[in-house]
Amino acid sequence: MTAVDTPTTSNVGTTKLRKEDAHLVTGRTQWTDNIQLTGMLHVAVVRSPMAHARVTKVDVSAALEQPGVVAAFSGADLADQWAGGLPCAWPVTEDMQSPTHLPIATDEVRHVGDAVAVVVADSRYGAADATEFIDVEYEPLTAVVDMEAALADGSPLTDTQLDTNRSFTWQKIDGDVDAAFGSAAHVVERRFINQRLIPTAIEPRAVVCAPPREHREYTMWSATQVPHILRLMLALTCGVPEHELRVIAPDVGGGFGSKLNVYAEEAICLVLAKRLGKPIKWTESRSEGYQATIHGRDQIQDVALAFNEDHTLRGMKVELHADMGAYLQLVTPGVPLLGAFMFNAIYKMDALSFTCHGVLTNKTPTDAYRGAGRPEATYAIERLMDEAANELGVEPFELRERNWIKHEEFPYTTVAGIEYDSGNYEAATAKAKELFDYDGLRAEQQRRREQGDKVQLGIGISTFTEMCGLAPSRVLGSLSYGAGGWEHASVRMLPSGKVEVITGTSPHGQGHVTSWSQIAADALGIPFEDIEVRHGDTAVAHKGMDTYGSRSLVVGGYAVQVACDKVVAKAKRVAAHLLEAAEDDLEFDAGTFQVKGSPDANTSMQDVALAIFAAHDYPEDMEPSLDSDATVDPENFSYPHGTHLCATEVDTETGAVTIRSYVAVDDVGTVINPQIVEGQVHGGLAQGIAQALYEEAVYDAEGQLKTGSLLDYFVPAAPDLPHFTTDRTETPATTNPLGVKGVGEAGTIASTPAVINAVVDALRPMGVNDVLMPASPQNVWNAIQAAAPADGGAA
Amino acid sequence: MIPATFDYVRAGSIDEVVDTLKEHGDEAKLLAGGHSLLPLMKLRFAAPEVLIDLGRVEQLRGVRDLGDGRLAIGAMTRHIDVMDDPLVREHCAVLADVTAKVGDPQVRHRGTIGGALAHGDAASDLPAALAALDGTLVAQGPNGSREIAASDFFVDYLTTALEDDELVTEVRVPKIVGPWGWRYEKFTRVAQAWAIVGVLAMVKRSNGSIEEARVGLTNMATVPVRASGVEQALSGRTPDAIADAAANAADGTKPSSDLSASAEYREHLARVLTRRALEAAAR
Ligand SMILES: Cc1cc2nc3c(=O)[nH]c(=O)nc-3n(C[C@H](O)[C@H](O)[C@H](O)COP(=O)(O)OP(=O)(O)OC[C@H]3O[C@@H](n4cnc5c(N)ncnc54)[C@H](O)[C@@H]3O)c2cc1C
Repeated sequence: MTAVDTPTTSNVGTTKLRKEDAHLVTGRTQWTDNIQLTGMLHVAVVRSPMAHARVTKVDVSAALEQPGVVAAFSGADLADQWAGGLPCAWPVTEDMQSPTHLPIATDEVRHVGDAVAVVVADSRYGAADATEFIDVEYEPLTAVVDMEAALADGSPLTDTQLDTNRSFTWQKIDGDVDAAFGSAAHVVERRFINQRLIPTAIEPRAVVCAPPREHREYTMWSATQVPHILRLMLALTCGVPEHELRVIAPDVGGGFGSKLNVYAEEAICLVLAKRLGKPIKWTESRSEGYQATIHGRDQIQDVALAFNEDHTLRGMKVELHADMGAYLQLVTPGVPLLGAFMFNAIYKMDALSFTCHGVLTNKTPTDAYRGAGRPEATYAIERLMDEAANELGVEPFELRERNWIKHEEFPYTTVAGIEYDSGNYEAATAKAKELFDYDGLRAEQQRRREQGDKVQLGIGISTFTEMCGLAPSRVLGSLSYGAGGWEHASVRMLPSGKVEVITGTSPHGQGHVTSWSQIAADALGIPFEDIEVRHGDTAVAHKGMDTYGSRSLVVGGYAVQVACDKVVAKAKRVAAHLLEAAEDDLEFDAGTFQVKGSPDANTSMQDVALAIFAAHDYPEDMEPSLDSDATVDPENFSYPHGTHLCATEVDTETGAVTIRSYVAVDDVGTVINPQIVEGQVHGGLAQGIAQALYEEAVYDAEGQLKTGSLLDYFVPAAPDLPHFTTDRTETPATTNPLGVKGVGEAGTIASTPAVINAVVDALRPMGVNDVLMPASPQNVWNAIQAAAPADGGAA
Repeated sequence: MIPATFDYVRAGSIDEVVDTLKEHGDEAKLLAGGHSLLPLMKLRFAAPEVLIDLGRVEQLRGVRDLGDGRLAIGAMTRHIDVMDDPLVREHCAVLADVTAKVGDPQVRHRGTIGGALAHGDAASDLPAALAALDGTLVAQGPNGSREIAASDFFVDYLTTALEDDELVTEVRVPKIVGPWGWRYEKFTRVAQAWAIVGVLAMVKRSNGSIEEARVGLTNMATVPVRASGVEQALSGRTPDAIADAAANAADGTKPSSDLSASAEYREHLARVLTRRALEAAAR
């Protein structure tokens, strides 16, 4: 990095109201579905009602007769348009099995919602009406739904073109696991189910694609998190040269990973725009999205911990069955593998074995959903630590503290072989316990247990860490990922002293415009208000790796900082030239270059910007420009951590769970904007609690999605969530100049085990040791019934 | 989420509604608040050819005192207006309390009492309340109007005693007189949702004992159910009898099994919630 003086102005660390909000709350947003273009046509997709079938006939002729219909195509009609199937960028093993995934199926459908035909009409309603006139005949094939049965010999196949339902088995073994378990005094084993979830962004997916007009370029607007990745991948899938495709992510209303993909409908709109020469629009309905947009989680986790007599952790065994669904989407197979580095969490151990079976089933594909692999791992280890504490007869905090990495041991190389740069689990835990009144609640719990209250109090702990800032490119390469994890930023100094920051990240609710302005304002000494941040358009932000995996600040914010530092370094040379001073004699503070010891000899960043624009007088050996680019590749992941505590009231008669209090103390390193951080934590908690208590995607034995709409898929709303008490400790990351660690996923990762640990803790005296997620009243009641003594004498 | 094509008729009077219904028969559907009908249409589970909008039929709105110990509530009175109505609050506050638990504020500002009952969904809250109140509905058709008791109105899942050419014009409920207490226990998956099971208990007390008890069950069969065994067991007894009586609350019910609850669990909930609702109502 260029050495520059550290400015003292401080936007960083203060709550600035978000620049994004005025237009969001006054409805002046540009959602993809708001885009209207002259001559625009609408496409509706005919989808398979069956989980697995041979398609024996698709006749679109009657649809063509319908009012307003312009065209209709079967999969076979468009088969020659695809240069390849929809991409999976993460071939995790050499022999990974990946069903061919055409945007529109030709002869076999593999999940309910798989596309079989499309209709194009002059209105959205006309297109939807005409789908009923497309005649599709299916010959049913057996649906593969259960992951373990899918791997059994002689199982029916998910895809008749393959000879197995096993997509891959991936293994990573660190240390001597046999030794750790062979000589262990105690082994604690469990099977946990991490249920399938459906991401539910407020804005559904939508795509508009316009054919070339004056330029030779196609323009696609998509409700996507990844305009840059989408551009490259669509170019490869649809045979449109990359430089003739511009992708714009306009205002995007949430994603949580569900918009981190390359979807059939994006390819369909591009190909139809090419074929018909007209702008094409598609917007999903909610129930359509529940079938056609990726799902998340869905793992069976067999896990075991080995302990010494003194409760020191020796090793861990993890065997996962991870449901891929019917196809491998962009990063489907890689998601569970992130767990290989995360099951050991904050704990020291000698050995870890991790085996993951990626299983194909006739269900909607899974892929990255907020946390992606890390919530699943965190759930298993934090649940298991509570179970171990119970079996060993120790206080759950005592067991954790005995085994976690002490603050003085950082940087610490974990059993999985990655280096945690910084952290302080003791500090976060102490703060959380105090805010929660841990000892007081334990005393109350004891009292209520003794009284045999019908409503029991439970206390749940989650001392979590995660890996953020995806990702060091070399590490991604070693894991066979198809791309790097760098990020790009450009800073343009305008003649009037205003600034444009261009970022390769693609925010969809996270407030990058505000946070990046704060970083640039401090780095350049320019007022926060004078900075504009541009993003999400491949013609403007020409280079980027987009937004997911809590990477934007850690990698993208870092790039902004480095680009600003380069601007300051150039400006300093110009200032020295104008002030006729040596560069070393200049100080830069709060936007002013000052000759040390000469109070009157100074100039501002804005004056330098104007001078370099005029370019009448500037150093001989430089170009007349302050503009700078930076592409940074992180040297390591970042490792936010924290301690979350949850108290639940569990009605032992009905199984109803109410969260009474929730304390989250997070350490996300340096904080740029406290309010944005708090917002991310709140949203994350809501989603983690949703997995614990409310949400589950349910399929029946025929592969039909039973939770196909918001009527049956219970997304919690504000009245379902408790007051959150949030606080922080700040242990800066040492691997980036901002000291930031990322906060996008922390709340989701931490909260699920905290809540379930609390539910189980409440019921422990009744003999309950686990509750299936979501801990709905029915599931809690079932757990109580199953544990009740044979004479029916439950409390 | 895109409904099939339909014709739209905005009716101005009850007569016009009846005439239009007669003309179109079962191809027409009445549109009240649309909060049950439109979701079905958007999923194309329902595809009526004609929608007759009742929104401008002023005769169908508002609450009046019938003068015979009963109130009449116009079918198009929105949930929020039932809750806020002075006559309802004074004479039948139990109905306001149950209505306050319907859905969320948006639903209560669009949905109507007539629509909620005519839809015939025993998972909704108002059918069980009307059953417990021994209320009636007034239906009007080409041959004039008739009054139908709640116990006769609900026939099966989404099926009522209404003819294709009839509309509900008003709902009649008795004024609650004397020392009644009540509690609606609504048990849900998320705060603002349909009941997994709901129990409305009403108890009239005299001299420390229960003179009369009424128990209406939501979502325990395809129609609203009165737990008559429980009611009878409590008549003339002290509140101490509640626990034993409530143990029979699921007798004669036929709950369904679905993703939120098994039939067995619903029966268990009915017993627990009946006990709790009665205990609260008797306090
Ligand atoms: C998100 C959501 C949550 C909800 N939660 C609940 C809840 O918790 N509890 C609950 O009880 N309800 C709930 N509801 C349903 C709500 O109360 C509806 O408003 C109500 O069931 C129907 O009333 P409506 O006026 O909207 O009727 P509409 O949807 O307009 O009509 C419903 C049916 O009744 C017919 N109809 C309407 N008016 C008449 C009439 N005067 N005569 C004859 N037939 C008529 C219609 O033709 C249609 O078949 C919810 C609805 C939504 C959308």
